[in-house]
Formats: sequence, C-alpha cells, structure tokens
Amino acid sequence: MIAGLTWLVGFQLVGELIVQVADLPVPGPVVGMLLLFVLLRVRRYDDEGSIVRAGTALLRHLQLFFIPAGVGVVAYLGVLGRDALPIGVALIGSWLLGLVAVGWTAVGLERLSGRPRDDLPAGGTT
Amino acid sequence: MSDSVLDVARSPLALLAVTLAGYQAGRWIQQRTGGHALAQPVLVAIIVTGAAISVLDVDYPDYRSATELIAFWLGPATVALAVPLHRQADRLKGFVVPLLVAVVVGAAVSITSAVLLARALGAGETLERTLSTKAATTPVAIALTEHLGGIAPLAAVFAIIIGIFSAITAPAVLTLLRIRDRRARGLAVGAVSHGIGASRMLREDETEGAFAGLSMGLSALAISLLVPLLALVLW
Repeated sequence: MIAGLTWLVGFQLVGELIVQVADLPVPGPVVGMLLLFVLLRVRRYDDEGSIVRAGTALLRHLQLFFIPAGVGVVAYLGVLGRDALPIGVALIGSWLLGLVAVGWTAVGLERLSGRPRDDLPAGGTT
Repeated sequence: MSDSVLDVARSPLALLAVTLAGYQAGRWIQQRTGGHALAQPVLVAIIVTGAAISVLDVDYPDYRSATELIAFWLGPATVALAVPLHRQADRLKGFVVPLLVAVVVGAAVSITSAVLLARALGAGETLERTLSTKAATTPVAIALTEHLGGIAPLAAVFAIIIGIFSAITAPAVLTLLRIRDRRARGLAVGAVSHGIGASRMLREDETEGAFAGLSMGLSALAISLLVPLLALVLW
C-alpha cells in the first residue's frame, strides 16, 4: 500500500515539475496521470501490483477528497442566494449543453466510422 | 470550562473528525438506500460539515487549513485515475479521434454557454468570469478564474456544485439522450463534471469511470487553452 502511494505521489511530483518547467496551463496531477498511464502500458503492469492496489483504494474514496473545497459553499451562501437564478441556470444549462455536445459528438463520429457500440442492457437504465 | 471544550471542538483534529464522520454518514446512507443517486457521500458530508462549522462559528479558511490533510490526497487520487484507464486501454481502439474532437467541442460549448446564459439573466461580469471555468477540475478552475479576474474560491464551489449535480443526474440523463456506449458516457461526464462525476461513473462501471477520468484530464487541458482564447471574444 505505502509502496503504491509513494509511486502515486512521485508521479504527481514529476507532473508538478514538468508543469513548472514547461509552464503548462494544467495541474501537475493531470500530467502525472498521463505519465503513469504511459508507464503502466509500457510495463504491462498487472492487477496485483502495488500501484494498482493503492490507486484503486484511493479512487474508492475520491469524493472524500473534495469535501474541504466543497465546504467553501458556506462562505458563499450570500452570493449564491442573491444571484441564484443566473447561477443556477448557467451552471445547469451549460452542464447539459456540454454533456449533449460531448456525448453526441463522440457517438456521431463513431457512427461515421461505422463502429457504434451499445453497451447498455436493452431497455435498462443502469 | 465551556470555553476549553469549545477550543477542542474548534481544533483541527475535531474539524478533521467531523469531515470524516460526515463522509462516513454519507457512505452509510448510500449503502442503506442501495446506492440511491441522491445519496452522494460528498453531498451529505458537505451539509453535515457546513452545518457544524456554522454552529461552531469556525471561519472557512481555518477549516480549510485544518483539513489540508484530506484535500492533499486529491492530487495522488487524480494520478491514480491512470489505473482504471490502463485496465480499460483496449477500449481506446477506434475511439481516439471521436474522443479528442468531442472533448474540444465540449470545452468550447460549456465555457461559452455558461457565460452567455449568466449574461442573459443579468449576472455581473465578475460572476460570468467565475462561472466560465466550472466544468474543469477544481485546481484548474481556481487557477483559470484567478487569471481571468473572477472569484477563485467561488469557482471551486461552482465546480463542486455541478460535480455533485452531475453525479446525481448524469447516468439517467445520458440514457434519455440515447448515449449507450459506455466510453461516450464516461467521456461526457468527465468533460462536464471532472472528478466528482468520475467518482459516480467508477461506481457504475469501470469503463465509464476510466473514460471519465481520461476525459477530466483532457478537458482540463482543453479548457485551460480555450478560456484565454474565448475570453477575447466574450468580453
């Protein structure tokens, strides 16, 4: 477990370094994720390895790590209440348009290339 | 006597304990309701913890620094999103071009539509700028909003609110939209609701979770690159 966490922190560190040195507009962990993906592919890493076990354990509790930032909502209840309508409509409206844009673009391009997939059980809603 | 009790109740240790307990309460409700979509542990925890710090009269910045220990793990957990992607890498075949095009289109649509909708309803320019980055993962939303002249901590709040909304509703909405390829489902959710959306998809299905994680990363990149460009047109 600790070995795996050490690897994850190490990849985050390398990600942060690359972001600083190359002045990239993305966070270090995102670069670390892409680097780790390449390493796992190249090494044909298997499911018993420490990185997979530690990573799976962390991801099971991904929501926990958002709580400290999310509690910030109490500091902005005033703003949220005053501008509730524009905020609510902009958040949800743009979320829905984005979801439709990504989903339909991906599915549409798959159809054009003649390889559409249907993974859901018929009539089911997951 | 009561003062010293209050001091303990406001200590970093107590604030950590409340946060963890709120999260455990959320998980308990999630299990008791058979994984009901509304029972997202992060939502329950924010309500419990938010109420607790309001009652205890703890300032948010103090709470935030007390819980740095928890927030820290968001970085390594983001790196760990490479793991489900690795296990699902075979599914990338024949999907790379649709994936990249869709992420760029999605980033442009979500930035532009957030700004224009807010403007149409009379939000001020600062609020428009703060809303523009909400689809990105929180560290990106914060950094970009700072750069744009919006309110950075509020941008993080927006990103988290829409993440929770998406975690609750996205799977059902995607089915209504007839998006049935698990790769495209994950991709769409990661693009509009970053890690919180991805956490719901990971619970649903590993393929959906893997593509949501990848999409979150690529969207962070696309949004970072597009926001400064679109800002020239939008303001």
